Parts: sequence; C-alpha cells; structure tokens
Amino acid sequence: MDLHFGDSKPTDEERAAVDALLGPPDSAWEGSDDRTDTDLRWAKGGHTARGRRDQLLPGLHALNDRVGWISEGGLDYLCRRLTVPPAEAYGVATFYSMFSLKPRPRTVVRVCTDIACAGPSADLCTSLESRLGPADTPVEGGAVWERSPCLGLCERAPAALVIRAGTDADAVAAAADAAGSAGSAGSAGSAGSAGSAGSAPPETAVERPAVAAESGAYAVVAPATPHALVEAARDPGAAAAEPAPVGAVPQAGGPGRDRLALLHRVGRVDPASLDDYRAFDGYAALRRAFTLGPAGVIREVTDSGLLGRGGAAFPTGRKWQATAAQPDHPHYLVCNADESEPGTFKDRVLMEGDPYALIEAMTIAGYATGAHRGYLYLRGEYPRARRRIEHALAAARTRGLLGPDVLGQGYAFDIEVRRGAGAYICGEETAIFNSVEGYRGEPRSKPPFPVEKGLFGKPTVVNNVETLVNVLPVLTMGAEAYAATGTGASTGPKLFCVSGSVSRPGLYELPFGATLGELLRLAGQPDPERLRAVLLGGAAGGFVRPDELDIPLTFEGTREAGTTLGSGVVLALDDSVPLPRVLLRIAEFFRDESCGQCVPCRVGTVRQEEALTRLLDRRNGEAADTAADVALLREVGAAMRDASICGLGQTAWNAVESAIDRLGAYA
Amino acid sequence: MSAVPLQPPRRLVEFTLDGEPVRVPEGSTLLDACRAAGKDVPTLCQGDTLTPKNACRVCMVEVEGARTLAPACSRRAEAGMEVRTDSERARHSRKLVLELLASSTDLSTTPRAAEWIEEYGAEPGRFGEDAATVAEEPKVDNDLYVRDYDKCILCYKCVDACGEQWQNTFAIAVAGRGFDARISTEHDAPLTDSACVYCGNCIEVCPTGALSFKTEFDMREAGTWDEERQTETTTVCAYCGVGCNLTLHVQDNDIVKVSSPHDNPVTHGNLCIKGRFGYQHVQQH
Repeated sequence: MDLHFGDSKPTDEERAAVDALLGPPDSAWEGSDDRTDTDLRWAKGGHTARGRRDQLLPGLHALNDRVGWISEGGLDYLCRRLTVPPAEAYGVATFYSMFSLKPRPRTVVRVCTDIACAGPSADLCTSLESRLGPADTPVEGGAVWERSPCLGLCERAPAALVIRAGTDADAVAAAADAAGSAGSAGSAGSAGSAGSAGSAPPETAVERPAVAAESGAYAVVAPATPHALVEAARDPGAAAAEPAPVGAVPQAGGPGRDRLALLHRVGRVDPASLDDYRAFDGYAALRRAFTLGPAGVIREVTDSGLLGRGGAAFPTGRKWQATAAQPDHPHYLVCNADESEPGTFKDRVLMEGDPYALIEAMTIAGYATGAHRGYLYLRGEYPRARRRIEHALAAARTRGLLGPDVLGQGYAFDIEVRRGAGAYICGEETAIFNSVEGYRGEPRSKPPFPVEKGLFGKPTVVNNVETLVNVLPVLTMGAEAYAATGTGASTGPKLFCVSGSVSRPGLYELPFGATLGELLRLAGQPDPERLRAVLLGGAAGGFVRPDELDIPLTFEGTREAGTTLGSGVVLALDDSVPLPRVLLRIAEFFRDESCGQCVPCRVGTVRQEEALTRLLDRRNGEAADTAADVALLREVGAAMRDASICGLGQTAWNAVESAIDRLGAYA
Repeated sequence: MSAVPLQPPRRLVEFTLDGEPVRVPEGSTLLDACRAAGKDVPTLCQGDTLTPKNACRVCMVEVEGARTLAPACSRRAEAGMEVRTDSERARHSRKLVLELLASSTDLSTTPRAAEWIEEYGAEPGRFGEDAATVAEEPKVDNDLYVRDYDKCILCYKCVDACGEQWQNTFAIAVAGRGFDARISTEHDAPLTDSACVYCGNCIEVCPTGALSFKTEFDMREAGTWDEERQTETTTVCAYCGVGCNLTLHVQDNDIVKVSSPHDNPVTHGNLCIKGRFGYQHVQQH
C-alpha cells in the first residue's frame, strides 16, 4: 500500500484531538513534523502500522468531538497516524450521520422526528425554523439543527439532543450529570450518592468561565420545548439535568417492583456506586458462574431456554456453545448496545440505571465462551449511558472485577466501549464487526456466521444488552426457576418499550405470556375506542388492530398471530395520528438508514418511499392509481424481503405490509 | 512446467439443481454449478478475477428450506441442497432488481442488460417519471479514462480491484450511504489529486461501462464507437520484462482500447499505466 496524502495540514486543535487518543506520533512516517535521521533509514509500515485500523472510528469521533466536523487536514492526519488510505477513511466518515465532512457550527441540535416523536415534534420543528433558521443550514456563530431518527427517548417525546464540540466534552457533561444525579438518586432513596462527586452543587459543577465557547457538552432535552431547546443550544452545559433513569420505569413505584428480575435495581441503586450494586445481589451471578465453570454456565443458559432479545430470538445457549467450541482463538464477545430501532429505549434505561449489571453479564458471557475481550458497541446518541458505563468500567477495574485476574479466579477479561456514530445498520450483527474494525458498517454475507468468523475474523458471540442482562437471573435463580417464568417456548421476563398514545409511557417488565391488552392497560391506554393501531417491534415490526389485544406477548404467540415481538416496541397510535404519515415516516427511516450495499434495499427503499408519498398526496384520488401503487409496493416489498443481504432490507416492508393487510390502509 | 496449475483432486458434492442431480467439486459456488450445467444466470457484480461482493442481487436462486433467496455467485454448493434457478420467487427478484437498477441508473452500456430486461419482462418505467435517479455527470478530470457514475450500479468491483484484491492503491472507496452512496476519492477530489496510478484495472472489471477509456467515451459521444468494426489482437507488452499480454482493440486502424486476457497467468487481466494507456507511439499519424 502506497499511501498518498494531499497538502492539507491539520490545525493544532485537530492534531491535539487525535494525539489525545493515539498518543504523540513516533516518527515522521506517522505524521510527526520533525523528521529524524532514523526515519530516513527505517520505514515504519507493514502489519504493525496497519494493525490499529480499528482506531479509525474512535479517531473520527475525536476530531468531530473537538471541532464539530472533520476537515481534510484532520482526516489526513488521522490516516497518517493509522496507515489508512484517505479514500477509505473518507468512505467510513461519510457513512455515519453524526459526522460532518463540511464545516459546521460547534453546536448541533438533533430533533427526533421519528414515529413516537413525530406528532409532538412537528410544532417544535416549525418553531426552530423561525428561531434557528431552516434545518441543516448553519448559522454563522450559532447552531445548526437537523431532524434525527429515533433518539431512544420515546417515553419523553418529543426528544432532542444537543451536542457541542470542544475540549473535554465528556468531562464537562459528566460533571453536569453527576450534579443532576446526586439529587435524583437521593430522592430514589439511595444512600451511596453522598460520597460521589455529585455532591457538588450544580452551580459549581457546571462552571462557565470565559472558555465556555471552547468546551464541549451534551444536553438531552426531553420533553423538548422550543424555548428550552434554544437555550440548550446556546449553552448545553447549563441545560437542566436529565431526569433520573428510573423515571422511565413506571413499575418502579408500584407494589410489584420486587418481582422484577431485570429492572428491580433501577432507581434503587446509585448507578455510580459499585457498593450499592453489590449490596443488591451484584456479582452473585458471576460468583456462581465461577463455581459452575464455563461449560456449566452454558448448560444453565441453554436449560433456561433464554432466547435472544434483539429481535431474532436465537437460543443464547446454542450461540455460546457454538462459539466456545471453536478451536480458533481468540474468541470475542460483542455486546450490541446500538439500540436504534424506532421506539426502543430499553437498553438505554438498563445502562443508565444499572450499568454494573451489564458489565457483570458481559463478564459471565466472556467467561463461558472463552473470550478475554469484550466490546460494548454503544449507540452514539446515548451520552449518559456512555458516561455511566465508562464510570462503571473504571470502578470495576479498580476493584479487580475486570482485568487480568477477575475476582481472583485467574480469568482475564476486559471491556472496551466503542461508540457508534449514527447508523441504524450497525446494530446488524455483522455490520457491527465492520464498524468496530474501522470499515464502513455494511453487513457481511452469511455464511460464515459470527460464531465461526466474527470480529477480526475470529469466533464471536454477539448479544443484545437485554439478552445479557437476563443471564444474571438465570444464574442467581437457576435455570429451572428461570424457565418456570413465561411460557414453555418463551421463558423468563421481557422488557417492553411502551410509547405513543398511553398515559404512562415507559419501560415495562412482564413475564412472557401477558397479553398486549394487559400491557396497554398497565401503561394507561386510556380510551380503547380511540385506539387505532399498535405497532409491535418497531419500524421493522408490524401493526396490529385494536381488536387483537388478546395476542399473547411471546415469540410463538406473536408469530402465530402473523406479527412479531421484534425488540419489544409497543407503540400505541390513537385516532389523532394519521396512519399514512406514520407509514411514510417508516419508509423514510429505511431509506435513510439503508447502507446502500445491495440493490434491492438501496433502490427498493427509495421506491417504497416514493409510492407512499404518492399515496399520501393523493388521498382521495383515483382508486385505480391507489391500487396500482399498493401492487407496486407489494412487488418491491417481496423483492426486498427475498433478495436483500441483511435484515434491514428484508424487514423494510413489514410494517407497511401489515398496515395494508391488517389495518386496511389505502383500502 | 505446466501452464495449468495442478491441484489436488477435490471431492465432489452432489445436489439437486432444478430437479436434476448435479455433481460439482467441493467449494464450487452455485453459479459455477449453473454454468457447468449450461444454465444462464445473470450476473453483474460477479467477476472472474475477483471475489464477488454479492451486492447486485441479480443472480438470486431459491434454495429449498431457506427463508430468503441466495446469491448464486457466492453461496457454495452443499451436499443435498435443492436449488431452483427458475422459480417464481427467483424470477420475481431478478425482474425487480433489473427494474430498480434500470430506473435509477443508465444501463445503456451494460452488456446484456437489455436482453435480461426483456427476458424477465422488467418494466423500469413503471416507477413513474419522478422516480429518483443517481443523476451524475461524467467526471472527465484526466486524459486517460472517464468516470461516468450515472451508469454505476455500485457493484464494488472497481473498489476491490483498486484495493486489496489487485492493485493495493486504494484510490477509491464507497462514500456516503444508501441511495446517496457513490464511488469516490477522498473528499471527492479529482483523480489527478488522488492516489490513482492509472493502471486502469478498474475499467477492466467495470460491468456497466461507467468506467471507460477516454477514447471510448469520446467516440461514444461522437457516435463513432462501433464494436462490430473492431478487431482484437493479443500481443506482448514491450515496456518491461514481465511479459504481460496485451489485447489491442483496433477500430479503423487506430488502437481504441487495451485490455489483457483474464486467463493470462501473468496479468489476470491487470496491467499498469504503460501497458494500458501507453500505446500512442504506435499510431503517430
């Protein structure tokens, strides 16, 4: 490989951002300005130099976080440091929606306009247009705002995320967050928060001296009002603290909270306190795992009947067994926390409210499958979850719960957080590997399957956050007791993300087998008369009618009813929501999020969107034209389902099809 | 020395292809099996000198018991498989993929595209006048070759040939996402500012004519390009001692294009800038 670079030079700020991640350059070959005599004698290249390709995405984040966009000089410098061809790095950078390759203001406001937020955010967008100018149009010295796919804050619609680039974005945000959580954790009855840094009053935690304009920050504004959003865009560091994660769990205040197996700690423990976690049964499961041994853990998980909660419902025990049995080493563990399915926010609540649980579960999964390294691929739009997880990882390392000798058992394991950058497709189980490795997040063709050739071409287990967290009750209760909850084919508890037209939206935990109607009643679906439809499983899921509320919420029950549980989205739509607009929004989502690799999905999602736009515009028009467009949708949909490489294209037509077939849309 | 590399004998795999039992060497793809059985399966992103990306999805076949169709170009034959190349589902997907391609890109220079469109009864026009197209202007930024991405179906072959599969230059990559994805240099810079070494190996593998010799591009613009009148003469490159085979495409006594035989054990169809473009001295008029 003969790298070719342009003449663009990085600014001092860009150089500092990259060096903060990678350390100072070793030689002129790596982009150092000073060429030494040894540089003239030995070329630094080969596999060692190229072996850090997986630092490309973190490097792009470093530039984008510091400056707000990625310049030619910045990208070139990063490429020199990592021995990556600039054309490839450009291809990777342009793949992600959170990066900009064109100059833009330091402050970016992302307003969710996805299904759950579509209604409430309409006025918000109109208002922002008058206050900040049109979307995607930078204002000199101000902010730029853009429409965003689901931000995973559906229980607090409409949601918005403000990101300001600058130095130490994380430190500033962490201080603000700690200040916010001190109050909220205290009110939730936690004793452990007093000692944390959060005891500082908010005024001192969010210092705003003269350098304020240069320091980065995040602000999650949800529910968002135009005023709050404009204020947050002016100074994200001073925005009101986010409510505690427990606010997303309506059951936490109820009488049955002790029966919850996955959410029982949320709101009760201080997510920043490892002691708190241990006082609430933390690390009991890992201890049991060490007494069982890897094969014993896999047997327990297999016997528990645990099925993957990410949407595909694959038996977790079988996946672990298949990976553990691979002779090729090393094995890797990847936790899929790239939760981006519109309407889904369960993983966020788990990571924000009970981060150690995920870390413990990952350690168990790594131990069982013979992995010594776990990657936690976290959605880029979840700043608070990331801070919680990073903090928890550091604490676990200090206490010997991660590292070369976990719990003194001679087992080495550590976890690295990899941040996504705005691409739904990276939640696909093979696209996530390409993203971590520093390539475009395009799905790979299967076979070979991840258990055989996954991350870095090695045997890899990929599990969703919720799946992993389920391993804790499997080990603490025992497989038999765990399998006794739920139904025969769907065992254990399930999380449901309820949003839309309900009075108590949020994250609910129910044993498999409850009906859709029971869940909606729990979430306060006020008026059955007004319910128009329920979207199950998110954009890749399907709609059901209000007279189908007796569908049992199990994998087999939904399959029998011709629909899907997907990732656990339950989005209620009442008669105030225009269905054709929702369908168009779903089609726009898939068009935006298609990676573009295969033809059926790349062009098919565009043609689907065009047909739905025509149907929306026509409304009371020619019946013949409507029928023709519906027939066209069916044909395109069938080809996308049959011929796309990955699940995105294969499911991009599901929701629209179910709306036509079950709800009689466009009839 | 034998010109044909000797390989250890491979075990045969037996499976059913369109109801007929067939036997192919282990490791063969379904496409290999189809071709051996004399079946014509359309392909675009598959190339004889490259590992297929299986991105175009025109070669889809139905494998009994599978939830989705399988790309014949990359799915390997397994014992006991039941494969149907001409099922309703497979034909429907091919037809739709051809419609999606032809409605969004210019397939006028894609060999066999018109034939397949007719064979599968594809009607690209039915997506309407307003159907989005890639809408690109030809990029003419050097004297040797032209990139007309209006004709690009994003098969990744040029990227693979430029990158790790052949040339190791990495001058181009896919940039952007979804329908906006395009083959691009860094920051969409002109080729002259990129890492391109003008080997032209990307032209060699391009299945649609999106990449073409400047000579061919200009002649097509002028309406003088006529493959009927062209002769092909294979000779040995005179520049260095490697001994690459060159195939000179000659129209009206002028060299209009240079390629190399894909089965040549030295080049596998690849050349360098001299062999590919350095022929002007032959024809000083």
